[in-house]
Amino acid sequence: MDRIADIWGAPTPHARGTVWPVRVDQHLHEGVAEADVEQWVQSACLLCSNGCGVDIAVKDGRMVGVRGRAGDVVNHGRLGPKGLYGSTPWASAPDRLTRPLVRDGDRLVETDWETAMGRVVQESKRLLDKAGPLTHAFYTSGQLFLEEYFALATIGKAGLGTPHMDGNTRLCTATAAAAMKESFGADGQPGSYTDIEHCDAIFLYGHNMAETQTVLWSRVLDRTRGDDPPRVVCVDPRRTPVAREAERTGGVHLAPKVGTNLALVNCLAREVFANGWVDEEWVAAHTLGREELWETVSSYDPERVAGICGVDADDLRRAARIFGESGAVLSTVLQGFYQSHQATASSVAVNNLHLLRGMIGRPGCGILQMNGQPTAQNNRECGADGDLPGFRNWDNPKHIDELARLWNVDPLTIPHWAPPTHAMEIFDHAEAGSIEWLWVSATNPAVSMPESGRIRRILAQESLFVVVQDLFLTETAQLADVVLPAAGWGEKTGTFTNVNRTVHLSEDAVRPPGEARSDLEIFLMYARAMGFTDKDGAPLAAWETPEEVFDAWREASRGRPVDYSGLTYAMLRGGSGIPWPVNESAPHGTDRLYADAQFPSDTEVCETYGHDLLTGAEVTEEEHRAMAPGGRAFLKGAEYSAPHEEPSDEYPLLYTTGRTAYQFHTRTKTGRARSLQKAAPAAWVELSVDDARQLGVAEGDVVRVESPRGSIEVPARVGEVMPGAVFAPFHYGSWEPEQGATAGAGPGQANELTMAVWDPVSKQPYFKTAACRVTKVRDGAGPSPAPTTTASRPAADAGTAGRRSVPQTAGGDATSSTLVDDPPRFPLDPAQDGDH
Amino acid sequence: MPRLATYVGLVDHAEQVLAESLRTVAEAQAKHPDIHFMCETLAKMSDAHREELAPVVERYGEDDASEPERLHAAGLGEARTGPLGLLRDLQDLHVLAHLVLSSWTVIRQGAQGLRDRELLEVAEASAAETRRQIAWLQTRMKVAAPQALIVSP
Ligand code: SF4
Repeated sequence: MDRIADIWGAPTPHARGTVWPVRVDQHLHEGVAEADVEQWVQSACLLCSNGCGVDIAVKDGRMVGVRGRAGDVVNHGRLGPKGLYGSTPWASAPDRLTRPLVRDGDRLVETDWETAMGRVVQESKRLLDKAGPLTHAFYTSGQLFLEEYFALATIGKAGLGTPHMDGNTRLCTATAAAAMKESFGADGQPGSYTDIEHCDAIFLYGHNMAETQTVLWSRVLDRTRGDDPPRVVCVDPRRTPVAREAERTGGVHLAPKVGTNLALVNCLAREVFANGWVDEEWVAAHTLGREELWETVSSYDPERVAGICGVDADDLRRAARIFGESGAVLSTVLQGFYQSHQATASSVAVNNLHLLRGMIGRPGCGILQMNGQPTAQNNRECGADGDLPGFRNWDNPKHIDELARLWNVDPLTIPHWAPPTHAMEIFDHAEAGSIEWLWVSATNPAVSMPESGRIRRILAQESLFVVVQDLFLTETAQLADVVLPAAGWGEKTGTFTNVNRTVHLSEDAVRPPGEARSDLEIFLMYARAMGFTDKDGAPLAAWETPEEVFDAWREASRGRPVDYSGLTYAMLRGGSGIPWPVNESAPHGTDRLYADAQFPSDTEVCETYGHDLLTGAEVTEEEHRAMAPGGRAFLKGAEYSAPHEEPSDEYPLLYTTGRTAYQFHTRTKTGRARSLQKAAPAAWVELSVDDARQLGVAEGDVVRVESPRGSIEVPARVGEVMPGAVFAPFHYGSWEPEQGATAGAGPGQANELTMAVWDPVSKQPYFKTAACRVTKVRDGAGPSPAPTTTASRPAADAGTAGRRSVPQTAGGDATSSTLVDDPPRFPLDPAQDGDH
Repeated sequence: MPRLATYVGLVDHAEQVLAESLRTVAEAQAKHPDIHFMCETLAKMSDAHREELAPVVERYGEDDASEPERLHAAGLGEARTGPLGLLRDLQDLHVLAHLVLSSWTVIRQGAQGLRDRELLEVAEASAAETRRQIAWLQTRMKVAAPQALIVSP
C-alpha cells in the first residue's frame, strides 16, 4: 500500500465503546524481505508526539524498516507515513556526522573527542571563573530521551547552577504545560486516547490532527465512520481534513480570523452559562472562580463574537449546543492555539469549558493539551527546559529543598529566584553579550525560531561560544564553534513519554556510526570533565547507564503528580507502553487523571501559584494560600485583546505557519526519506482563490512574501486558506538533499518573516500572527510542490487561478497492513474492561 | 469636599504620568517585545481609569490646590539604556504605580465616607488593575535583576 497517497491507511470502523481494532502496519527498505530481518527491536516512533509503539527491523547491523506493535495502547499496531518511511533511512545517510568538529577560522575541521570536549570545558571553566554560571545556557530539544533531559537538568541546575535552560519545546508545547498548570495546579495530561472510543463529540481547537498525529486521526476516523459516531467540531482558519470531517459528521467548522481564538472560546463558555449547561453541583464542589469567569465571559454573546472572529453567530450557537448537550466530549488543542495570540488564555478557556460541565476524569470526557514533538513531555517533566524536575515549583522553597536533598547540593546552587529563562530571552541575553556559552542539542534554531535571520546573527556572534550536538551538519551546526556527533534513535537506549503520558522504552538496535555517541554519554562526559561534585565532594551525575539515570529519575518523581516510582525498564520490555503515574496506588499505570476530581492545586503541591493570564504577572504564595484551593481546579478567564500585528495597507495579509503531514521539524530525518521528501520536496505558500485572483497569481507561480522582518520566494498553491491569509510550512531551511545545509537562509524559510513576540504566560512565540504582503515574481514552470492529500490541497473552485492541473500526491514505497483478528488485551482500556 | 476634589485631581494626574511613562518605556524597548507590548497594554489600563474617572472629575470640579503638590510625581522623562537601565526604568514605573495605588486607597476611603457609590466603584476597580500593573512590574524586575546585576557587559 502506498501510504503517501493514503495517509491514514485502511479504515477499521467500529462502534462506540468497543476496543479500537488492531492493524499492524509495516515498511521495509527496498530489497529487504521480511525473512531477511535478523532481529526486531522494541521502540516507539520518534517523529511526532503520538508515540506509536514500533519494532525496528535490523539486518547486517543496519536499521532496515519498522512495524507497529500490535499490543501497544497508543497505536494498536498502526503507523503513519512519517513513522513508516521516515524512521530509519536517515541513520545510514552518507552525510551523518561521525567525528567531532572544531572551528578553525571560518572552517569546521574534524578532530577527536578529547580535543573537542577539551575546548568546551576550557571555555566553560574560563567563563565560570570570569563571571559565574549566568554566562552559560543550554538550548535543547523535544527529541531526546527522558534520561538525557534528567542528566542535563542535573548538570545545569545542580552542577553549573544556571537558570538559562530551555528547549525548543518552548516553540511547540510550552502553552500546553502552562494551560494545565493554570487550571489544575500542575502539568499532566488529564485525558487519554481511549476517550476517543467513548465520546459523543470531539472538539479540535487549532489542531490539524489529520496531519500532525496521523495515527490518532485514524483512530478518530474509525469512530466517525463506525456506528454511533461522535460529531466533530473544528476550530481552524484553514479548511483542513478535520474541518471536512466536521462538516460530514453534522458538526461545525468554525474558521475564526487569526488571533481571535480567545473571543471564540469565551463565547462558547458564555453559551454554556446562559443555557444552564453548567454542572453547578460539580463546579461548586471542585472548582474556584465561577463568578469571576461568568463576569469575564458574559459579554461574549454570539453576535458580538461573530463580528470579532468573522464567523457565523448561528455556527457559534450550534457548536456551543453540541458541547453543552453531549454526554461526553473530548477536546484537543494544538498549535493553532498555542502559537497564536493569547495562547495560554485561549487554551485555559478550553479547560474551563470541561470544568464547567464536570467533564473530566471519565471515559470519553478528556482534555488533550497536545504536544508537537515526541519527547517534549519528558523535557517538561525532567526540567531541562523552563521547569524544575518532577513538576516542582521554583517559587516554593520546600520544593527546592527536596531537589537539593535529591542531588545533595546546597539549595542556593539551584537557581530559583525567578522562573528558568525562556528560549527567547536566552537569545536576547546572548545578543546582549551576557550569555557567552550556548550548548544546542538536537535542534535547529537557525531555521525553527522566529525571526530566524536574527537568530543566525546571534549564533554567529563573536562573543558567543556555540556547541552543537546533532546527527547532521545542520544550518545551526554550520555556525558552531564545536560540533559533537550524536547517536540517534535506535542507536541508543532510553525512555520517552507521549502526549497522553504513555512511557515507552526505546532500545538500541544498532551501533552509532563512526565516533558518534549518545547524547547521554556526551552530557556525562562534560560533567566528568568539569568535575562537578555534590556537597560531600562526591561526583555529581555519576551515572554510567541510561537505566541508572532512569532509576534516579524515579526517585525524583516519587510522590509528585508525575510519579514514575513504580515503573521499571523490565515492565516496559515486551508489552505495551505504560501511562504514568505508576506507583503503589496505580501499579499498572493510569489511563486518565482526575477520576476522583482531586487536582494538584494545593499550595504545597502545585507546580505554580498561577499567573494573571493577560499580563503574565505571578500570583504570590500568600495570594494562592488565601484562595485555599485544596484540590479544587481553577476557572480562569481573560478578556480578548486584538493581536499585536494586524494587517495594514503596507502589509495587507495575515501570515501564518504550520506543518505538513510528510515532514517533521526542519526535515533532518524526514527529508532524508525518499518517499516523504518526494511528497513535499520544497517550500510553498498557500493563497486563497480570491487573493490569488487579485494578485494575478496562478497555481505554481513564484511569489515573494514579505513581512517587516524578512522575505521568501516560493511557488504558490491556490488552496483552501481563508481569504486574507497566507500559509507557509515551516520545515524548509537551506538544507537540500545531496547538497547539505549552508549557514544562510533557505529561499522558502518561513521563519524569516515571523515575529519575536510571545505569550505572556507560556512564553511560546506567536508564529501564527504576523502581517505580510505578496507579489508575483514570475510565472511558474509547473504546479507548486504542495501535497494534494492534506490541508494544502488545491481549491476545488480555483477557476483560472488554478489553471495548471495538479497531479495527485502519491508514489510512496510499498508498505503492508495486516488486520489482527485475535487482538491482545489492553488492560487499562475501559472498552476492554467492560467497566463503562 | 475640596480636599477630596484635590485628590481626585491628583490621582487623575498620577494615572496620566504613569501612562506616559509606560509609553516611554514601551517605545524605548521596541527590541524587547514582551516589555514593549505589555507596557502599552498597561498604559491603556491607566487611560481607561481616567476615562472612568472623568464624570467624577466633572462633578467635583477641577481643583488645582497646590497643597499635596509634593505628591505630584515627575514622569520618567527619558528611558534609560542597557539591561541595568531597563531595570531602573521598571523600578521607577513601580514607584509611580504605587503612588497611583495609594491615591486610590485614599480616595476610596473618602468616597466611602461620602457614600459616593460611583467614585467608590471607580476607585475599587482601578485599584484592582493598578495591582495587576504592579504585579507585572514586580515579576519582570525579578526576572531581569540577576542578569543585569551580575553579568551584563
Ligand atoms: S503518528 Fe506520529 S508517532 Fe505515530 S507513526 Fe506517525 S509520526 Fe510516528
